[in-house]
Amino acid sequence: MAWLLALLQTLLFIASAPLLAGWLKKVKCRLQNRRSPSIIQPYRDLRKLWRKEPIVAHSASWIFKATPYIVLSTTVLTASIVPLIAVNLPTAKIADVVVLIGFFALGRFFLALAGMDIGTAFGGMGSSREMTVSSLAEPAMLMAVFTLAMSASTTNLSEAMKYVLNTGLVLRPSFVFAMLGLMLVAVAETGRIPVDNPTTHLELTMIHEAMILEYSGRHLGLIEWASQIKLMIYGVLIVNIFFPWGIAQSFSLESLGIGAMSLLLKLIGLTVLLGLSEVVLAKMRVFRVQEYLSFAYLLTLLGMLSHIILEVQH
Amino acid sequence: MSLFFAYLSVVAALASGFLALATDKRSELDRLVRLLSQPWPKLQVRAEGIFSAAHYAEFHRNSLFILLGISGVSAVLAGGTALLSGVVTTDTLPFGLPWLNWHIRFDALSGFFYLLIGLSLIAVSLFGPGYVREFEHGKHSLAVLGLFTGFFVAGMELVLLADDAFFFVIAWELMSLSSYFLVAFQHEHASNRRAAFLYLLMAVVGAIAIILAYGVLASFSGGLTFDHFRSLKLTPVWSSVAFTLALIGFGMKAGLVPFHAWLPEAHPAAPSHVSALMSGVMLKIAVYGFIRFTFDLLDEVFWQWGLLALLLGTASAVLGILYAMQQQNLKRLLAYSSVENIGIIFIALGLALIFFSGGQPRLGTLGIVAALMHCLNHSLFKSLLFLGAGAILHNTHEQSMENMGGLIHRMPRLSGIFLIGCISISGLPPFNGFVSEWLIFQTALQTGNVDSGVIRSLIPTASAVLALTSALAAGCFVNVYGVAFLGLPRSRHVASCHEVSHRGMLAGPAMLAVLCVLFGIFPAPVIESLNVVTGQLVGNTLPQVSAMGWLWVSPVAQEVASYSPFLVLVGILLTVWLCYQLFYRQSGRLEARRADPWDCGFGGLNARMQYSCTGFAMPFRRIFQPVFDVEETIEEQKSGPDGFHTQRLRYQLRVSDRSWAFVYQPVARSVLNLSKWASRIQTGNIRTYIAYSFFTLIILLWGIS
Repeated sequence: MAWLLALLQTLLFIASAPLLAGWLKKVKCRLQNRRSPSIIQPYRDLRKLWRKEPIVAHSASWIFKATPYIVLSTTVLTASIVPLIAVNLPTAKIADVVVLIGFFALGRFFLALAGMDIGTAFGGMGSSREMTVSSLAEPAMLMAVFTLAMSASTTNLSEAMKYVLNTGLVLRPSFVFAMLGLMLVAVAETGRIPVDNPTTHLELTMIHEAMILEYSGRHLGLIEWASQIKLMIYGVLIVNIFFPWGIAQSFSLESLGIGAMSLLLKLIGLTVLLGLSEVVLAKMRVFRVQEYLSFAYLLTLLGMLSHIILEVQH
Repeated sequence: MSLFFAYLSVVAALASGFLALATDKRSELDRLVRLLSQPWPKLQVRAEGIFSAAHYAEFHRNSLFILLGISGVSAVLAGGTALLSGVVTTDTLPFGLPWLNWHIRFDALSGFFYLLIGLSLIAVSLFGPGYVREFEHGKHSLAVLGLFTGFFVAGMELVLLADDAFFFVIAWELMSLSSYFLVAFQHEHASNRRAAFLYLLMAVVGAIAIILAYGVLASFSGGLTFDHFRSLKLTPVWSSVAFTLALIGFGMKAGLVPFHAWLPEAHPAAPSHVSALMSGVMLKIAVYGFIRFTFDLLDEVFWQWGLLALLLGTASAVLGILYAMQQQNLKRLLAYSSVENIGIIFIALGLALIFFSGGQPRLGTLGIVAALMHCLNHSLFKSLLFLGAGAILHNTHEQSMENMGGLIHRMPRLSGIFLIGCISISGLPPFNGFVSEWLIFQTALQTGNVDSGVIRSLIPTASAVLALTSALAAGCFVNVYGVAFLGLPRSRHVASCHEVSHRGMLAGPAMLAVLCVLFGIFPAPVIESLNVVTGQLVGNTLPQVSAMGWLWVSPVAQEVASYSPFLVLVGILLTVWLCYQLFYRQSGRLEARRADPWDCGFGGLNARMQYSCTGFAMPFRRIFQPVFDVEETIEEQKSGPDGFHTQRLRYQLRVSDRSWAFVYQPVARSVLNLSKWASRIQTGNIRTYIAYSFFTLIILLWGIS
């Protein structure tokens, strides 16, 4: 029963990821006084891409063709670990939050290799920049995770969420810092403004898009879907770790419904915030990203220190 | 039983070494065998076939490596039985000083490192015969290579067997000296001679520190055996002195920053299968020495030591990988990455020391287990990568990645094996490198149990650096694989190369790749068997590791953290299969169409337009600039009336290690100054020398009377 529920939750997770992307686009368009495409436009795009014939360069090896499947499956597996509308699911035990960071790294490793597989300058440039950004983002992310894990004394996501639920609404400075840091990291890792621009196609400014420039058709569809799921994973992580209230602790239909509704509200709030920041900010130069990420690291470090200084009782 | 295999392994390694002396003795052997086999005509025919000029070389080469293989297999058996049975065997050999015979002790810790030597040695002995073929007609005799390889392996194994300081140091020197000859094997290159000299120098300095460390223990205990040392109670000051000396001595051999400068010089200079042994195994012997000295011989540990080890480890990890990233020579890059991995191991050991001194033996045990796991994992994937680099070198005669590219199309099997090594070393799930890094993170996460606030905030910072390191390692090995194996070939000889023809040269690394995957997916049995090691060493185990079944790892407690790499792998494979079914099979098997890559409409893409490995590493070089010593020059040759037209452009980049300027050059300078100062007494004037003799005589006479 629990495993079935976990499977259903994962399916719900990956199926609703394009919806989140569509909603985000709608928010941004509204803020920019533009007419937005329909909220289900990402589904249409994905369907179109999946039906199209992929084109692969002559110099591509099996890595190029296998990467979309590997990237999608690691992302789906990550989604299965993250509690979406219910905690206590058995899949959360398979891997903890450190492994989750590892999964993202595995997907990124193959994506960066695929970028270099064709032997063009763009791919290599994208790979190099992506690895740079991620290597700076990872310590900040881990620091945020550490702050949480030291409070809850677990790295299991489900247990950590339960800990926050059980302690009730307490204002912890460490959590505030960790959340801000994690949000900055999430923006960098999902390739949003101001670190990267997912809609740009100006070659010299792109990071993620440069890496997947050679992908088309079915392959591109898989990668796009994977990055939509990744965006949703970061969103769910932020809202469910720091504001887990409403998440189902038992598997009754009623509590699951409450869990789904509360998650919906929380995600709507978060995407409005993200859309707002994307409209207000401009993309920054590649070599200013390090300052941005150092700031994220500093925030998480402050979170850690305030946890140690202010919150530990002996 | 385990001791028998351990001896067998040493004897086989020595036999392989002595057999190598027969390289150029074909005619003598031929005559001898004819003489001996005269009564049996059938045997004589066989022997003539083997000792004929055509077959002797191959027979001899193979038998060298078969002996090494036997040594490897028996080392694995020895280690396996010691780990499974948990029996400590001791012995005394009638060699050495008249009043001090060689004491032998083979416990689970020695057994674990024996296992580690054995696994790499088997792979090397499979790889070797194909690889050393090219040395046969070269300038240098195979005899030297074979002799010292055998001695080197035997030396490493004897270090593990030693149970008294005297024997330990002899075995240690055997290991160091024979590896010196291996580094100096291709001594026609000045750079190799320099590397070998530097290596010898550092080995000597390190050995002095180790001898002094044992000297401290020996002077207080009144004996040289480890049993004397174990029962010794030292004052904190003396025990800290001994620890510091041991850390310097073993750290020098292991390649800890700032003592690492010899390592990236020496490891690439040796033939590749020896580099694999040096980087994969010899560094671990130094780690063994450190563990034995600190956790076994010293009776008490202090948190300051842990902090020192943690700081050195963190610095080694992050600097090692940053320097690795800036290398173009593949073997040099791998050597620097060894510095990184040794750093990771010392981070775990530092954590262990801190927890032990803080009265948390269970967490300390977890730290030791994490360190030992990383030793095993690093020996597997680093040997794999060095052997892979050797295979590339063998087929393309190319060490610089800037001239490689597209090898995945030309060496499909080797590229698959090498990919597994790259994923493992980058610490990505579900392979083995990730397991040990995950264990270290789990150890670090238990900082809440430490009393001191300073340490509580330092450990998370160290683990953030560890996270940075593993992310940089992923970047570094994307660079390696992407530049060397993917893309288009960057030189003609790489474009025309093909798969390794010798089967053993693939089988060796392939075996290691299989082990990398296996230990990554089923880490729980390995950790379980490490319980025997920690039980004997520190009297503590991790009983809860496989509390959820042997497919799961839960190092601290079930609800704190759990990881099931097997289920992860099944999950990944299942989703890949499902995606493939859904999106390829169901979409009418739409095949991908091959076309030219996107060239912005200009056309004429060529291999030189690819990202180079220097280019790939450029953002890292720029972000972490203070770490490097960068010399960048651009020479322009201009022409035309106002010099607008650039005719030639020459770009030069040199990235060097800061440790030279900060540590080595000052030491070298002060030694030079000191000797200059001392040489003042040598005036070159005969009268002064006569005066010296006169005064010496007077002083002596005065002393006697």
